[in-house]
Amino acid sequence: MKYLIIGNGTAAVGCIEGIRVVDKTSPITVVSAEPYPAYGRPLISYLLQGKTTEEKALRYRPADFYEAKGVTALLGRTVLRIDGKTAVLDDGTSLPFDRLCLATGSRPFVPPMEGLDRVERQTSFMTLDDAKRLRALLGGRKDQNVLIVGAGLIGLKCAEGILGLARSVTVIDLAPRILPNVLDEEPAAIIQRHMERQGVAFRLGESVRRFTENTAALQNSGETLAFDVLVVAVGVRPNTELAEAAGCKVERGVCTDSHSQTTVPGIYAAGDCALSHDITTGTDRILALLPNAYLQGETAGMNMAGGDRPFEKAVPMNASGFLGLHMVTAGSYDGEAWLSREGGNYKRLVTRDDRLVGFILIGDVERAGIYTSLIRERTPLSSIDFGLIREKPQLMAFSSTERAKKLGGAR
Amino acid sequence: MKRVYVNEKWCLGCHLCEYYCAFANSGKSDMVKALKDRKIAPRIKIEERDNISFAVSCRHCEEPLCVKGCISGALTIQDGAVHIDPDRCVGCCTCILSCPYGALSHSEQGAVQKCELCQKNGAGEPMCVQGCPNKAIVYEER
Repeated sequence: MKYLIIGNGTAAVGCIEGIRVVDKTSPITVVSAEPYPAYGRPLISYLLQGKTTEEKALRYRPADFYEAKGVTALLGRTVLRIDGKTAVLDDGTSLPFDRLCLATGSRPFVPPMEGLDRVERQTSFMTLDDAKRLRALLGGRKDQNVLIVGAGLIGLKCAEGILGLARSVTVIDLAPRILPNVLDEEPAAIIQRHMERQGVAFRLGESVRRFTENTAALQNSGETLAFDVLVVAVGVRPNTELAEAAGCKVERGVCTDSHSQTTVPGIYAAGDCALSHDITTGTDRILALLPNAYLQGETAGMNMAGGDRPFEKAVPMNASGFLGLHMVTAGSYDGEAWLSREGGNYKRLVTRDDRLVGFILIGDVERAGIYTSLIRERTPLSSIDFGLIREKPQLMAFSSTERAKKLGGAR
Repeated sequence: MKRVYVNEKWCLGCHLCEYYCAFANSGKSDMVKALKDRKIAPRIKIEERDNISFAVSCRHCEEPLCVKGCISGALTIQDGAVHIDPDRCVGCCTCILSCPYGALSHSEQGAVQKCELCQKNGAGEPMCVQGCPNKAIVYEER
């Protein structure tokens, strides 16, 4: 059996580790455009912030990972096309495979903006090279004014990462609030205020009408912002071209079944290029989140190697923090809301049909995984003490029989 | 593999496990010096309400969601036990959002901390187990 994985991010690592649970020996080849061993992509903002180093970031897995797992890593190479059971690389190499995993990830989406091509000092913020480029653009003198287009997770983590390295950081977004895909008004406003107090400026409900090399003329206010460095973090698009060309069904991402297999037998897909079935909304969507990428990749790997392992518990979830304020979210906010605002913390639990389906916690996030597990396992709330669980995440809310299983090793 | 198991019927709610845990991971050789006048941040924690109490610490899951979801690779499985490298942890809280038991927490240093079965601190058998006066916490193979 010959395995081929295209991509070298978290989904690929999950795939490698999944294959090796089942098949300890068959050769695995990884092809990746990036010249680095696998790294935790979300670390790039922490790298700029000084909370990690490049060396540590590149130790997402041990230095001997590929060797120890029997993986040939072809780094700095791209796959041009897939012909049947052969992948053709940019250097002409043909790689035959029996099982293929597409872990091709996503790329920045840059909408057409007038004059954008006149901005020389700009970058996106997706890769280690982007982070290095941004650090070089900022220099070491804290004298650069930075404009970030996009107030999503990528834009805000970038803002956090560079706040101490820049003279000013301004974030602009067309949406009327920050983190529009993760939060609604009230929690978004809490995080926005916190970041503003620390020095990040926002222009929301606003877009750039026209760029010059160092200015952005805004659409609504008519204001012209001068900047030295531009970061474009508007959104991402899945890399689905290879999948399409290989005959896989592609909607907004590569369609997969519960075993991470595409509609073409023998070809699997995982991570940011693939759709997931979100159990909290009942819809198929891209969950571009590291834990989900790992679990999809692992599922693909185990099944590629002949295992029978479904992954049927995909839940959107975000753990993040912005300049010292923690935020965790999971699931869907469509349902009955249970709100509490105590001691500067914000908490919202959302229930529907006797299940917890989502939550937002800002500030105190301790033990939030107990809530996540209620969503993931679809635990009937009538089977636990909901009053206690609303108060705080605690195992006390479960029956003593259930606790004996969780803590006492009972079966 | 040996794990820490809890029998809540025998738990007195005395919190000694928390103190022993904090001591074992303090790097100090004298318990009084390690803990006196300090707010402890143990890796095992008692939940209590009315007449029920029990200790919660890492279950060292065979398929740990914390390890699979860790963005930095700081969480790893070593010989079946889940360990954390505080040097690589950036404190993103993905593990806190993932753990069904609520067994990871922030440490005083900013990284996340968790029970490592006292395998790195030289205490021998987990100190919470050694210090439990009523055998409500045991360390055994099941």
